[in-house]
Amino acid sequence: MDHRPQAWGRPRDDVYGAYDASYLNHSAPKTATQSPIVTGTSVIAIKFKDGVVMAADNLASYGSLARFTDVKRLRTFLSASVVGFGGDVSDMQFLDRHLNELAIDEAYEHETTASVSGPAPGQLNAANLHKYLSKLMYRRRNDFDPLWNQILVAGVDGAQQPFLASVDLRGTTFTSPSLATGFGAMLAQPIMRRYAATEEDAAKLTRDQAVDIVKECMKVLFYRDARSLDRYSIAVVTREGVELKEDEQLEKQSWAFAERIRGYGTQTV
Amino acid sequence: MFRNNYDNDSVTFSPQGRIFQVEYAAEAVKQGSVVVGIASKTHAVLVAIKRNAEELSSYQKKLFPIDEHTGIAIAGLTSDARVLSNFMKQQCLGHRLTYGRSMPVRSLVDMIGSKAQTNTQHYGKRPYGVGLLVAGVDEQGPHLFEFQPSGMTEEMMAFAIGARSQMARTYLEKNLDKFQDCTREELIRHGLRALKESLVQDRELTVDNTSVATVGTVKGEDGLAVVEPFKVFDGQDVVAWIESVADDKEEGAGAGEAQAGESMEVDS
Amino acid sequence: MAAMFSQNPLMNGPNYSFNDAPTVNAPEGARQHRFDPYTDNGGSTLAIAGADFTVMAGDTRLTSGYSINSRHHPKLFKIGGTTADQKDATLVLSVVGFAADGEALKERLDVICKMYRFRHGKPMSAKACAQRLSTILYQKRFFPYYAYAILGGLDEEGKGAVYSYDPVGSYEREQCRAGGAAASLIMPFLDNQVNFKNQYIPGSGEGHALQERERRPLAREEVEILVKDAFDGAVERHIEVGDGLQMMVITKDGIEEVFLPLKRD
Repeated sequence: MDHRPQAWGRPRDDVYGAYDASYLNHSAPKTATQSPIVTGTSVIAIKFKDGVVMAADNLASYGSLARFTDVKRLRTFLSASVVGFGGDVSDMQFLDRHLNELAIDEAYEHETTASVSGPAPGQLNAANLHKYLSKLMYRRRNDFDPLWNQILVAGVDGAQQPFLASVDLRGTTFTSPSLATGFGAMLAQPIMRRYAATEEDAAKLTRDQAVDIVKECMKVLFYRDARSLDRYSIAVVTREGVELKEDEQLEKQSWAFAERIRGYGTQTV
Repeated sequence: MFRNNYDNDSVTFSPQGRIFQVEYAAEAVKQGSVVVGIASKTHAVLVAIKRNAEELSSYQKKLFPIDEHTGIAIAGLTSDARVLSNFMKQQCLGHRLTYGRSMPVRSLVDMIGSKAQTNTQHYGKRPYGVGLLVAGVDEQGPHLFEFQPSGMTEEMMAFAIGARSQMARTYLEKNLDKFQDCTREELIRHGLRALKESLVQDRELTVDNTSVATVGTVKGEDGLAVVEPFKVFDGQDVVAWIESVADDKEEGAGAGEAQAGESMEVDS
Repeated sequence: MAAMFSQNPLMNGPNYSFNDAPTVNAPEGARQHRFDPYTDNGGSTLAIAGADFTVMAGDTRLTSGYSINSRHHPKLFKIGGTTADQKDATLVLSVVGFAADGEALKERLDVICKMYRFRHGKPMSAKACAQRLSTILYQKRFFPYYAYAILGGLDEEGKGAVYSYDPVGSYEREQCRAGGAAASLIMPFLDNQVNFKNQYIPGSGEGHALQERERRPLAREEVEILVKDAFDGAVERHIEVGDGLQMMVITKDGIEEVFLPLKRD
């Protein structure tokens, strides 16, 4: 006789056999994004005097296959902010749809005078948007269903100052005068930090300088990152709004450095 | 004997197209003591008459902060107001948490509007027995909203609700043109004068029965607008304002201003 | 669990469904790829309580792996003010470990302090806030906030108070505490310099007869120098610490905040 209270009033295993609990096991592992599939590589951005420049190439890779070569990974939000996505492309597209909804809601709430383009007062600015995205990403990581992206958000904040911040799949957030995701953190960030080590340095950069720095970084990334492309998008965001160019070609490439690389190719010396 | 057959619940129209329960709820607002709100280009103020149930009891609070940029004045059932105010506080905190900004006042008012409206369309529910004046600032500047138990919300330049509030509204209508360019102090005094209009014959404003609250924007050092948080003033803090409107029978603000000027250090 | 109940002689077989339902093991060779919700973002924090003040400090570097994500990411947060800019706050929370959890923890505590103010019409005391922070952490005992928190403020008597926590909420009030990546480097230094551990009065005796140096509360200036020295030392020996030093001094007059440079290498 089993005297434990848990057993009271239940069929005895030794008489009826063990209870078949297999039906309780309907849970196959959750099929959330457990790892990224089609991916975008680096996004880079740097602050300057009146705003932020951001760039990302137009490639979506399937592993080592350059699968889609015309994928736009920068998007504008309410003509006031730019969001750049690295990592999983399907999650990026989900976020893109979600941000469209948010933008529509926000546009309803704060009616704009039709003639004026650019950000309307009272609408979500880049800092607000970044906060929202960070909550969204952190929530998804808490649910063990992460959106597999690292995101850069650029624009101006509530005090009308240039704003640039990052959020990743775990909801970690940070800001810096220049930011880069993925390989960019190793290859582009050191270059950008040469020009904008501090906020004060960044506040001295002109728009043209910032664009040049970013273009230079995109070139370095194309040279060294095997999952990159020479067609890219570049956005400049200021108080006046966003200028986004989505089909730029990398210019003035020089592969002269490659001749001096030894040990990877067919060379014998 | 006549009995109204159409006021048993808030989901039944009368043949005349009225919903009596909602109208009765609006009557509850008129039972509450009067509150006045005025908005200018830079500030929104709320002023209120507090009542005590008896000589020995304390005065019932009328003005409540919701968030640093918003507050409410209530007229009607205080307990219903508490439910609404808790809801509003939570919405504001939640909004601040997810977006890192203060909640736009119109969105906030729309939310309680919808909340109150559902009460008028579901069997077994009862409308809120309270009216609110919501004062707040956001990126668009100061706002004043009226909220009614029916779920109606409306932006106002100046308004009064509660017992005998028609007298106060008449005063506000008369002075409407002035409010836009009023300073914070002038707004408060206009508010208090409107309150006085609503008082019964032998009563007057005292430190015990008067509440004042302000919220607004001020120019910061960098020229950008900075929020001056919602703050409620009671007791000794309102003495100077009460005195400044004590003996001006005429509407002109002339005499009161100079007098109030030096004792206006209540702001913080 | 199953083994525990199988001790029953009658039960030489499968167990009851309500104890633990049998789990289907993944087929042989199937790879379970799991998302790791945590990272360590490095950094170090420090708090010292004085007679009528508390000094809190933290570096401002944010790392992941060998990368420096940001050189200016404050780890100290004012808690429980009435407004978003926390002008009238009286408490400071420092968090180090996983930055996203730290941020979430800070916001939870701040909202709770704000609700407390709504309900009670007064700010939360350091003691009450310390207890509440412990329960917040313990509520997530089985999916913890990976954050080492230190809460600083003044107690009811106006004395400096430092409360330190582990990630699941066990806490105690202390005179001083270092947390985070360089805690093991800074804490022994603090033991010696704040609590005068291993300091003896010269010539007071031999062996056990040696008299300990008498403890005395440190002056604010001394503490501030101590903090800077502690971090300069940590920066030298730990790669995840550096860039900037954020320091907050809590007194009865409010909270003063200063940023000092640290080595950026």
